[in-house]
Amino acid sequence: MNPFKYEKAASLSGAITAVQRPGGVYLGGGTNLIDLWKYGITHPDKMVDLNGLNELKSITELPDGGVRLGALVSNNTTAYHPLILERYPLLSRTILAGATAQIRNSATNGGNLLQRTRCYYFYDPDSPCNKRNPGSGCPAINGHNRLHAILGHSDSCIATFPSDMCVALAALEARVRVSGPDGERTIEFTDFHRLPGDKPELDNNLGQHELITAIDLPANGFADNYSYLKLRDRNSYAFALVSVATGLSIQDGLIREARIALGGVAHIPWRLTAAEAELRGKEPTEANFATAADIILAGASGFEHNSFKIELARRAIIRNGMMALDPASQRPGAQPSL
Amino acid sequence: MIKGISEAGVHEVNLVVNDEHRQLHLPPWVTLLDALRNHLGLTGTKKGCDHGQCGACTVICDDERILSCLTLATMKDGSNITTIEGIGSEDELHPLQSAFIEHDAFQCGYCTPGQICSGVAMLAAGRGDTREEIQDLMSGNLCRCGANTNIIDAIIAVKNQSK
Repeated sequence: MNPFKYEKAASLSGAITAVQRPGGVYLGGGTNLIDLWKYGITHPDKMVDLNGLNELKSITELPDGGVRLGALVSNNTTAYHPLILERYPLLSRTILAGATAQIRNSATNGGNLLQRTRCYYFYDPDSPCNKRNPGSGCPAINGHNRLHAILGHSDSCIATFPSDMCVALAALEARVRVSGPDGERTIEFTDFHRLPGDKPELDNNLGQHELITAIDLPANGFADNYSYLKLRDRNSYAFALVSVATGLSIQDGLIREARIALGGVAHIPWRLTAAEAELRGKEPTEANFATAADIILAGASGFEHNSFKIELARRAIIRNGMMALDPASQRPGAQPSL
Repeated sequence: MIKGISEAGVHEVNLVVNDEHRQLHLPPWVTLLDALRNHLGLTGTKKGCDHGQCGACTVICDDERILSCLTLATMKDGSNITTIEGIGSEDELHPLQSAFIEHDAFQCGYCTPGQICSGVAMLAAGRGDTREEIQDLMSGNLCRCGANTNIIDAIIAVKNQSK
């Protein structure tokens, strides 16, 4: 654990100025950053505390019918917010499936997107890891890889992105608003995280010293037909082996629009629009969801301890599609019946 | 570390801990947990894993339960903190403390301060409508003695008292 400097930002522009130095990092809820610092995974020289920036702490309706989530609103406040429960229950479900009540009270929406992988080797400073120490190697490929990727992995990294919330944000086509030294911009959710390729040290496409200010949700929250199925080694406080977020718009018994995103299977929340297009105009049946699942998983490949996840993901996609037809059967905090 | 302190500076942190104003001067890397235990002598809050995995360090900050081990004290400047020392007294236990005794909800007791803070905050927030939901919402507090079933019983008993 290295000593670091600390500054409480009084304004957004002040925060961006204060962080521009080697080792400067933003501090939100701290639930991942402080842990990474304790393990010696990250060595911040200075933490710029954003928690005084009240302009990032609200949930507001947008003129286009969507909702803006402030980056500093806690995960729990978001999950239990009346607007989210009513219009984006899929998002609420995913948030409540992650971490614990204590962590969700501190963890912020912006920070959820920026959390690091929980790969055992990444978290062990004594192990080689291309993400933590580029060029040092990846022990997970021939080591313990139960939690690891089956899609989009590379020769240098097979880590997964651990968020549940982001699986819903991918399915909902959220947009990420960021600010930085060069001004503001908006990033489509599917462009925010990146595959490891030969640069696994980069989790996402944020520029240096950019920070997330808000996450915008489009008007359609798929509140009538949605489901989140998280399969894990214990029923609470564990990361997903495979998770699936499904949103359906159904008209006259046919799927008008489908969204399917997967967690726990790749370096990014995994979404394949070709599979969703295949479902358009079809009946929501197990057979049709199976076709979509086969499209999503066509390029999947596993390792010694995680090949089971390919079939698990296939079954989860089918089952969650059917669960989305009856969202009332789901209850926040309820465990999936196996 | 000495060199680090001089470079990083010492930050004034004002907290209201168990209804009492406390002022501290701390280097920025002191966690809320270490501030409570080492600087304020409030050792009721326990250090278990120190990595956010066990919940032993749970305290109530501005009505919400948080992990004091994953929080820098300086982040909470100006906040209200309730620790186990601020919940009930030996003469007058909090109803959840009484329920823990009645339901045999602890053995070694190390996780108990965190369990109590977590349960009190959950009940105050009005969450946990079913046994399954309470189990889920209490899953951030591990009990290595395995008293979890009785802990959930104790919480449900208090929830039913207030109906």
